[in-house]
This record gives sequence, C-alpha cells and structure tokens, in this order.
Amino acid sequence: MTEPIITFDKVNKWYGNNFHVLRDIDLVVTKGERIVICGPSGSGKSTLIRCINRLEEHQQGRLAVDGVELTDDVKAIEKIRREVGMVFQQFNLFPHLTVLENLTLAPMWVGKMPRKEAEERAMLQLQRVRIAEQAQKYPLQLSGGQQQRVAIARALCLTPKIMLFDEPTSALDPEMIKEVLDVMTELAGQGITMICVTHEMGFAKAVADRVIFMDQGQIVEENSPHEFFNNPRSDRTKDFLSKILGH
Amino acid sequence: MTPRPPPATRREWSLRSRAVRGMLYQVIAIGLIVLAGWFLAHNTLENMRVRGIQSGFDFLGQPAGFDIGETLMPYESSDPYWKAFAVGVLNTLRVAIIGIILTTLLGTLLGVGRFSRNAIVRGLCYGYVETFRNVPILLQLLLWYLLLTEALPDAGSPLSAFGIAFLSKGGLSLPAPVWAAGHGWGLLGALAGAAGAWWYAGRARRLFEATGKPRAVLLPAIGFIVAGALVGWAAGGAPTEWRVPVSGETSVTGGAEVTPEFIAVLVGLVLYTSSFVAEVVRAGIQSVPRGQVEAANAIGLQRGHTMRLVILPQALRVIIPPITNQYLNLTKNSSLAVAIGYPDVVSISNTAINQTGRAVECIAIIMAVYLFTSLSTSGFMNWYNNRSAIKER
Amino acid sequence: MAADTFQPIAPRTAPVRTEGLVPWIRTNLFGDPMSAVTTVVLAALFLYALPGLANWLVFKAVWATNPETCQAARGVGACWGVVVEKFRIIIFGRYPFEQQWRPEIATLAMVALLIVSCIRTFWRPWLVLLWIGVMLLFFGLMSGGRFLGIDTGLEAVSTDRWGGLPLTIMLATLSIVFAFPIAVLVALGRRSKLPAIKTFCVIYVELIRGVPLISVLFMASFMFPLFMPPGVSIDVLLRVLVGITLFAAAYMAEIVRGGLQAIPKGQQEAADTLGLTYWQTQRKIILPQALALVVPGIMNNFISIFKDTSLVTIVSLYELTGAMGLALNSDADWRPFKIEAYLFIAAIYFCFCFAMSRYSLWIEKRLNRSTTR
Repeated sequence: MTEPIITFDKVNKWYGNNFHVLRDIDLVVTKGERIVICGPSGSGKSTLIRCINRLEEHQQGRLAVDGVELTDDVKAIEKIRREVGMVFQQFNLFPHLTVLENLTLAPMWVGKMPRKEAEERAMLQLQRVRIAEQAQKYPLQLSGGQQQRVAIARALCLTPKIMLFDEPTSALDPEMIKEVLDVMTELAGQGITMICVTHEMGFAKAVADRVIFMDQGQIVEENSPHEFFNNPRSDRTKDFLSKILGH
Repeated sequence: MTPRPPPATRREWSLRSRAVRGMLYQVIAIGLIVLAGWFLAHNTLENMRVRGIQSGFDFLGQPAGFDIGETLMPYESSDPYWKAFAVGVLNTLRVAIIGIILTTLLGTLLGVGRFSRNAIVRGLCYGYVETFRNVPILLQLLLWYLLLTEALPDAGSPLSAFGIAFLSKGGLSLPAPVWAAGHGWGLLGALAGAAGAWWYAGRARRLFEATGKPRAVLLPAIGFIVAGALVGWAAGGAPTEWRVPVSGETSVTGGAEVTPEFIAVLVGLVLYTSSFVAEVVRAGIQSVPRGQVEAANAIGLQRGHTMRLVILPQALRVIIPPITNQYLNLTKNSSLAVAIGYPDVVSISNTAINQTGRAVECIAIIMAVYLFTSLSTSGFMNWYNNRSAIKER
Repeated sequence: MAADTFQPIAPRTAPVRTEGLVPWIRTNLFGDPMSAVTTVVLAALFLYALPGLANWLVFKAVWATNPETCQAARGVGACWGVVVEKFRIIIFGRYPFEQQWRPEIATLAMVALLIVSCIRTFWRPWLVLLWIGVMLLFFGLMSGGRFLGIDTGLEAVSTDRWGGLPLTIMLATLSIVFAFPIAVLVALGRRSKLPAIKTFCVIYVELIRGVPLISVLFMASFMFPLFMPPGVSIDVLLRVLVGITLFAAAYMAEIVRGGLQAIPKGQQEAADTLGLTYWQTQRKIILPQALALVVPGIMNNFISIFKDTSLVTIVSLYELTGAMGLALNSDADWRPFKIEAYLFIAAIYFCFCFAMSRYSLWIEKRLNRSTTR
C-alpha cells in the first residue's frame, strides 16, 4: 500500500505579485496514509490542501492526484473532484435543504444516480456518522457538532478516495469536538486516505501516520507523530510545540 | 528561503481549459452584442433616411427660437440651442442643490424625531413618512402646482409679510440686494472667515489635547465667518441698495422673483425626498448597537458627547451611501418638472425635440447630463466610503 | 449537615404600575418638561385646525354631482361630487363606457392573482400556470376582437384607449415579472469573472440607474420606432412596457446582487467540491438562498415601479394620473375641482402602496424567522 496517490513536485503559489504563499512544496502522500498538517495561521496549510482539489490554483510546479495532473483542464478537475471529498471549518451545509437533501444532491445531479439509490446511500452514510435520525431536519436546527458530522457524511456520499479536512473542529464548542474527532478516527481506521489540517494534537498522536509542520509557506518538518512530538528537529518546530502544548 | 516573484503565466490552448472556455464565452457574448447593436443601428439609419430625419449635433449652433420662463443667466430666443440647454442645466442644478440642502435638514429632523420621547412627535414623524412615501412624486408635484396656482390669491392682491415680501399666484417676491462689487467681496470675506474658523477649531482641539480644557468652537466659528463677510463687504464699498418688491394693481414688481413653477417643484421634491431621507437617518441611528450607548454611559460620557463622539460617527457611515442615493433621486426626479412647465434640462430638450425632430441627439444630451452627475456623485461617495470605512483585518 | 429546603417566594405585582393607559400617557406624553410642552402645543394646534379640516373633508363636503352646489361650497366643503361624477373616466380612462365591465373583471383578476402570489402556501408549480391563465384572460378581455387568432365575440378595443387603474396595475405587474429574469442574469453577469460579460452588465446597470425614468420613457417613445426595421410599427403600450421593464431590471439587478453577495463564499466552495457545475450551483444552491433574502427588496422595487407608472402620462398613455387630467381638462364645469380629484387618486395610490409596504415588512420578518434557530 505504498503507491503514491498525491504528489507535490516543487509546487509554488502566489497571491497577487508579492505574497508567496506556498514555497517549493515537495510532498508525496501514499494510498491509505493519514496525514496531519499543523502550523501557525497564515503558514499556507489550508492553501496547500485546497490546491489538491483545485479550490486554489498553483502557479508553478506539478501536482498530481491519483495519476491525473492538476491543470486548467476542466475534465481533469471534474475527475479529481469526484475522488476528493472536503470538509470545511464552517461546515458549509446548504441551509435551505434538509440533511437528506444535502447528501443526495451531488449523487443525483453529478453522479446521475436515481433518487432511491441516492437516498439509500445517504442513509448509510448518516448511520456511519451516527446521525441518521436527523435526516429530515434542516442544518440550522442541528448543533455545530451534528452539522459537521453531516458535512462529513455529505463528502462521503461520493465514495471519495481522499478526504481533506480543513480545521474541522476549530469552529465548534469544546464539548462537541469529541464527537467529530471520534467520527474522523473511525474513518481513519477504514483505509481512506486522509489529510487533515488541525490543531488537535491528541488526534494527531492517536491517528496520524505522519505529522507535517508548515511555516511561512514551507514544509519545515515531517515525521511520525511519536518522533515529531518527542524529538522535534527544527528550532521552529520546538518553538511552535512549546506554545500549543503549553496549556 | 527568500520569497520570489511569480512566473509568467503560460496558456495551454485546449478547449477543455477553463481559461480558454471563459474566453470563448466572452467572444460569443461580445459577438452577439455587436450583432444586436449593428442591427439596431442599421434599422435606425434606414428609418431616418426613409423619413427624412436629419441627424447630427449641428443644430446646437442654430438659434433656438423659443423663450425660457426663468433663467439664471441672460438668454434671448435668438441664442443658439446649446445656450438653451445650458440654461436648462443651470435650472436643474438650482432646484437640485437647494432641494438637497432643504431635504437634508427636514429629513434629519424627521428621522431624529422618530426617536423622540414624546409619542405625538413620533406619531407625526411616522405619519409624515408614510403619507409622502406612498404617493407618486409626479402626483405630488401636480398637486402643489395646483395649490399654488389656484388656492393662492391673484397677483393683484397678494399675501404679504411686513409689506416687503409678497406671495401670490404669480409667485414669490422677496427683497434682494442689488448685486455690486461689495457683495462679491463679502462672499470672499466669508470664505476667508470660514478658513479662519477652521484654523481656530484646529487650535482649540490642540489646546484641549494639551491641557484638557475644552474650548467653545461653534460661536467663535460663526463669529469668524460673519466678521469676514462684514470686512469684505465694507472693503468693497459697503453697498446698501436693495430691490424691494412693490405690490401694484395687477402684479408685484421688483425684488427677486421666484416663480410658482420653481416653488412647486422645490416644495414637492423636498417633501417627497425628505420622507426617504428620514427613513435613512432612522436606520442609521438604529444601526449603532445598543451596547455602544451603554459602554459610553459606563465610561461616564454625557448624552451630548455620546451622540457626537460615539453614535453619530458610526451612524454616518451607515447613512452616507443611501443618503447620496436619495440626493441622486432628487436630482433625477427634478426631470418631472417638464410636467409643470419649469424649464429644466428635460423640459428644454422636449421643446427642442418638438422643434427640430432630433430625438436621438436631444435624448442623448439629457442622458449625458444626468449620467455625468450620477457617476461623479457615486465616484465621490465611493471615495468617501473607502476613506471612512472601519478598518478590519 | 441537613440541606436547607428551597422556599420559593410567590410572585407579586409591581408596586408602581408601568403598563396601562395612564402610565403610558405619563411616560410618552409628559415624560419630561420639554415633552409636556410639546404635547400641549401640538394638541392645541390640532384642536384649532382639526374642525376646519374635518368639515372640509367630510361634514360640509358636497357629494351631489351638481357643479353649482359645489361651486357654492367652495372653500367650505370639498366637492366629492367630482369624484362621483368622473369616477368611471378616472378609473378606466378612455375605455368605451358600456364595455367597462371588461377592464373591471380583468383588473380584479389581476389584483387577486397578485394577492394569491403573495401568500407563501401558494408558492407551488401550478402558480405559474395560474399566472399564464390570468394574463391571457386580462389581455383577451381588454383587447377583445380577434385575440391570438380566436374570435372572442367582444368588441375590439385598441391599446391606446386602455387607461386608468387597469393600465397602472398591468404595467407595474408585467414590467416586474419580465424584469425579474433579466435582473437575475445581469446580477450573475456582474459577479462573473469574465471581464467582457461583467463590463457589459456594469455598463447597463450604471447607465440606466444614472438617468431618470423619464428619459428612458422618451427613448422608448421616440427611439424604439426607429430601432425596428422600416415598415414595422410597434404598439405604444409595448414600447412603454419595454422601457419600464429595462428600467426596473437595472434596479432589481442591484438588489439581487446584494442577495448574492450575502451568501457566504463557503457555499460556492462546498458546491465546487461536490462537483456541481456553474449553472447547477446557481440553480440549486445560490439563487434559492439569495432570492429568499431579497424578497423585501424586490417588493420595494415593485412599489417604486407602481408609483413610477404615473410617468407614462408624459408620453401620452392615460394611466391613473393621466386619466384624471383627461377627465377634467375637457370639462369646464368640473375643472375648478381638480384638487379633490387629485386627492382621490392620491388616496388610491396610498392604499395600494401602504398595503404593499406592510406586506413587505411582514414577509421580511417571516423570512428572518425561518433562517435563524
């Protein structure tokens, strides 16, 4: 299970002419690997994973996902987006549709699936995240933790090969973080490739195969969780860890 | 590593590229628009040829051949069309500028009145807003004109105030100074006084910041302006001649005359637009969160200071864009003066169309005049908005 | 240690009443010295002016359709006889007298349709069919003769004889209905990343919003005939309708754009991640949310357009305001009583517009309730 599924090769990205947000990123993610990316805000971690499904465009370097190179090519982008699911910090559920409709929307309109089949699949995913009883409710009637679990289920409905998480628990009340992390941990145990930007170090220690630390657009250090937290190599990493693990 | 500048973009020419598709859609869209435009232009030229309508702006140099009821600059019917249009533009500006000033005053009073502690005042303000907002402006203008021309007494026996101002069907006559050099100097003096007041206000603020003792600013400022005006007036020869209207057998002569058309347009526009301005002011004051007032009270600010230092600056940010919109609406609504006979630019353009048949050119002139006003006001408002925006991360 | 049992205190009424009529008067009319003085002064003014006004409006007003009686009561009582006498011309314009039951039914049908469209429970697909049906009914009744190739058995009435209230309502309704799709497209175009489309939409909106409606109507009236191929003539009503529609669409585009801007960017991103195309995203995700937000704004636009239809008087279509002028200018007996007729029309406009603005406020509250927890 060591074939690469995502390859970053000297990827660079700029915002405008002066803000060099991703600098010479070299990264290989293998199939089934679970990666946690951490770092201070503004370090480019969200930008990096948003490049994977072309929510952001890189200007230099090669980025390939599951054998398909990411360029301006419309068909390539569509293919990649079918295989990559994303969960956002702000959930981004569609408030005017019920939970079930949120989940069946893409399978029906993009996957051209008949309604019945889409609904069956949706209910399956809702059960997987343990929220099946809320299927007919509207997103705004649910708590933050429930909404995020629905968002995860919605991404899973398209059976993606890769799941991206962009600070999924940062907008949640402390009591709800656990239910979402539990779902993510369970997901991690089922063989899906996961890349997660988060500050939850407990989750990283328990689940990640690799922890990556980014600062100022560069990958500063990457290692197994054990090595990363106990023997950080770079000074910058040590500085960061002391700040976030302090309290 | 040190940051580098981005590389130049290479474009890959393929129909599946997002950039190429975008360009294709735009080319198709532009093509359709150009095609439609060509179709319309071709038809227009054909029709004009068939009907023998001439085109071109050369008619602007020809004599207009019609009189204009009220003008701010000297004008004869033998003057060229462009001069007639200029008179129209001046008339429009005249009613717009005075209208904007009056609307702001009345609208602000009404808007603030909605927060009065007295229920009758609140009710009156609310009733005013609902009444004047829900009736079309054209109807209101026609009503005011009707009232002025039917309900007022004849010019032979006008209503008078102190024997020097008269109001009748023929209009309003007020005493006015005979314009002499001294008045021009007086105005310059007033401007100089305003500059002096500005300097004094700055000095008072600096003294306040240095010593903590507040100094009155309003009265000295007024004093500066008045003193400056008086000095200028005296330096210019202290002219004292006035033109006083005299009530005659059939009409009032002399003095500064304000036609009933102008009064009707001004009153109608001001009363209508101030109902909208009142709503804008009310929304602005309401937009300041209650917590701001509470915080101001908590640090001990008095009611006047709270209003001036905390509420108004924040409310103004919310008020300025929509109130500029209302000013533009007032200016555009002044075009309805054509229904009453006030010679604004639309009215004169209408006459020109009837006389020369150059509909396209005259309408283009009207639109250009209003567009220029609207765009320059919007541009200024955008600049002001950006300048005063609350800085966010 | 034994725990203390909690002894709840029974609620009592407040010692000083703050609710009720007398406390209300005390706070709102005589709250402080300034307020008290204002109350007294204003009350005195009312008592002074009100009897005269009430007399003029109601008690000493003349209802008989007799010009001499009205003339005799000038200055003392309003002449509502002019309204009674000229009612039909004011409301229906120059439409043939005996056929006026047709615009009556047509207008009632249109107003009923508008009221039904305002009630949320009726927002179903069959509403569209109802609209088409009522529109066909309206135009069929009003024009008569051969309508869409079918002989209606009614006397034909040409569009330049249509007028009064039916014309006002028809112009306002149709222009808003047709302006809506144009406005949505222009709003989307203005937010597009393609510069050519964005520029075109910006030019359209800023051009129309920068000029008064009357110049657009002049353009429609004088220039549209020139735009048609030679020999093709275009109905004056259609010209005016197109002019008002283009005008309304520019303002509505800005309102819709405001709604689109209020949708968080994350909605678009989530739709992108799920693989939805641009038009799928707009149709299923963005527009439903944006349009729900802007219903009050669109309602206000409708009220403005309703009032602005009065301007078509200036291009010789006799809607409500114009019909009144028509009714009285040609009749020397009743001409002195124009003021009463104007007040009558103002009251009609006021009723319609006030009702619509109340509705707009109500629906704004309803929509806000459903989007917050």
